Amino acid sequence: MTDALAGKASDPRAVLNATADHSEGMSYLQTLPRRLVSLYLPLSIILLILLFPFYWMALTSIKPDDQLLDMERVSPFWTTAPTLKHFYNLLFQTNYPRWLWNTMFVAVGATVLSIIASVLAAYAIVRLRYRGAAWVGGAIFLAYLVPPSILFIPLSTVVFQYGLFDSPFALILTYPTILIPFSTWLLMGYFKTIPFELEECALIDGASRWQILTKIVLPLAVPGLISAFIFCFTLCWNEFIYALTFLSTTSQKTVPVAIVNEFVDGDIYRWGSLMAGALAGSLPLVILYAFFVEHYVSAMTGAVKE
Amino acid sequence: MAEIAYARVGPKQALGAPTAWNRLKANHNWLGAWFMLPAAAFLILFLAYPLGLGVWLSLTDTKIGRSGVFIGTENYEWLWDDSVFWLSVFNTLLYTIVASAIKFAVGLYLALLLNENLPFKAILRALVLIPFIVPTVLSAIAFWWIYDSQFSIVSWTLRHLGLIAANIDFLGDTWNARWSVIFANIWRGVPFVAITLLAGLQTVSPSLYEAATIDGASAWQRFRYITYPLLTPIIAVVMTFSVLFTFTDFQLIWVLTRGGPVNATHLMATLSYQRAIIAGQLGEGAAISTAMIPFLLAAILISWFGLQRRKWQQGESND
Repeated sequence: MTDALAGKASDPRAVLNATADHSEGMSYLQTLPRRLVSLYLPLSIILLILLFPFYWMALTSIKPDDQLLDMERVSPFWTTAPTLKHFYNLLFQTNYPRWLWNTMFVAVGATVLSIIASVLAAYAIVRLRYRGAAWVGGAIFLAYLVPPSILFIPLSTVVFQYGLFDSPFALILTYPTILIPFSTWLLMGYFKTIPFELEECALIDGASRWQILTKIVLPLAVPGLISAFIFCFTLCWNEFIYALTFLSTTSQKTVPVAIVNEFVDGDIYRWGSLMAGALAGSLPLVILYAFFVEHYVSAMTGAVKE
Repeated sequence: MAEIAYARVGPKQALGAPTAWNRLKANHNWLGAWFMLPAAAFLILFLAYPLGLGVWLSLTDTKIGRSGVFIGTENYEWLWDDSVFWLSVFNTLLYTIVASAIKFAVGLYLALLLNENLPFKAILRALVLIPFIVPTVLSAIAFWWIYDSQFSIVSWTLRHLGLIAANIDFLGDTWNARWSVIFANIWRGVPFVAITLLAGLQTVSPSLYEAATIDGASAWQRFRYITYPLLTPIIAVVMTFSVLFTFTDFQLIWVLTRGGPVNATHLMATLSYQRAIIAGQLGEGAAISTAMIPFLLAAILISWFGLQRRKWQQGESND
């Protein structure tokens, strides 16, 4: 006990924590060396493995070509002559800006459509409670479990029949099948937390259901809407198999498909631009994520907790 | 009292008589149907209909650009004798079982670590999630470069540490390729498992651990008899999703190996893409993806009921 107290006193931050935050709990029972081995060491190893591919991606994208392939003269773990040549090639000698625009257009379109449909559906299931609402809620959860990998073959014939093949609208209309189940489920959880009494007051004052939804429920559910929006946007950006199947013209492609199909041509000097393309395609999402971490996490965990 | 109520109702009724239209507007079923319309239209046109159409296509000999005729179970009989199909089933099961088990173990371990008192906890949690944010295809391309046969940084490091003599051929050798894609899948899936389990861990009251410690429980006993039982419901959900998405994975394999070398990493999803879209045999491809459905149902049932069992054993109702 005296050891523990001494250890605690020697670390001023621990004392501060103990006074400021009672959630410190039992961690004072562990000495610092023990924490180093059982906590900090494994945590840093896992973090290193999780983040190394991004470091490697970023490093490769700024390395000059000769350093990329000559690993003996200069240590491959850093570079002595960083260059933006790969990014320059990407932006001015390929269709990359066009592919970024396509991805953005599809992602925003599909997300907006899905959120509108999900808000209406979630509100109806949670608050209108029409006959069979519980069953519909269950069916929507099941729809969430249907993976795109078993749908893309029949969907490709459907897309062809509707005359949508090779058009961004093929993606804007098919992505909602992935997004609506998820965001409906998420928004149902948010709508349930809004007090029923608010809606009753509005009904007594003569508001219509539409007015209740737009003037009372939606303003209160803004955090949920942001979570759903960000998560849907990320899913769209990440989607691959539909985009690979439904688009064939180079200029129509989205970033993931374009990088895989247009950049991979066996030339060993392509690694720099390949990594630059991968990095530039990830950055918009990472920046968005950096601003809305909490919303993102709550979307992810909210959908799992039901 | 009744008079007041009557008096108040009177003028209102005169104002807006309860016409059929007004009654309809207040009818929950009628309103509900209109609110459901957009979502239902999407899900029926682009999810339910294709799902049924897929089963139908698998019973025809449809090719790209040519509508087929009904041929019964011929596609399935053909697949039954196709060794590549069975290899893809084996690969898919290996991929799913190994990757999910390790994702669960590492994810739970990482969640327990992140649940400790740490400086910069919020930043650490945000960093852990990055592999999940970045589109799979783009991180898979980074792995492709890391696994390069000539310029792999892993081979380089091991070679300079004196652990291996020659470069490892990560994606060219059958079993190397399998383990490489499994590792990339684990790398991509651990953050999801860890962060969702962490959310579950944060709901466990610390006083339970304090009480158990006073009673003399070891760290392992605290985990086994407090953390694990309380976490079971969320583990069931997380692992159901994880198994489902691993089983139907397509992107990672397509970028890293396209099913090679000699079909050693073909999953059912990639094989169905190759047969249906590249070779044009829509019917046969649809049969492969339809064959995934029983496996998926089994996976959902096992992970759902197998792990959910504990909940009703404790006398709680299933929600």
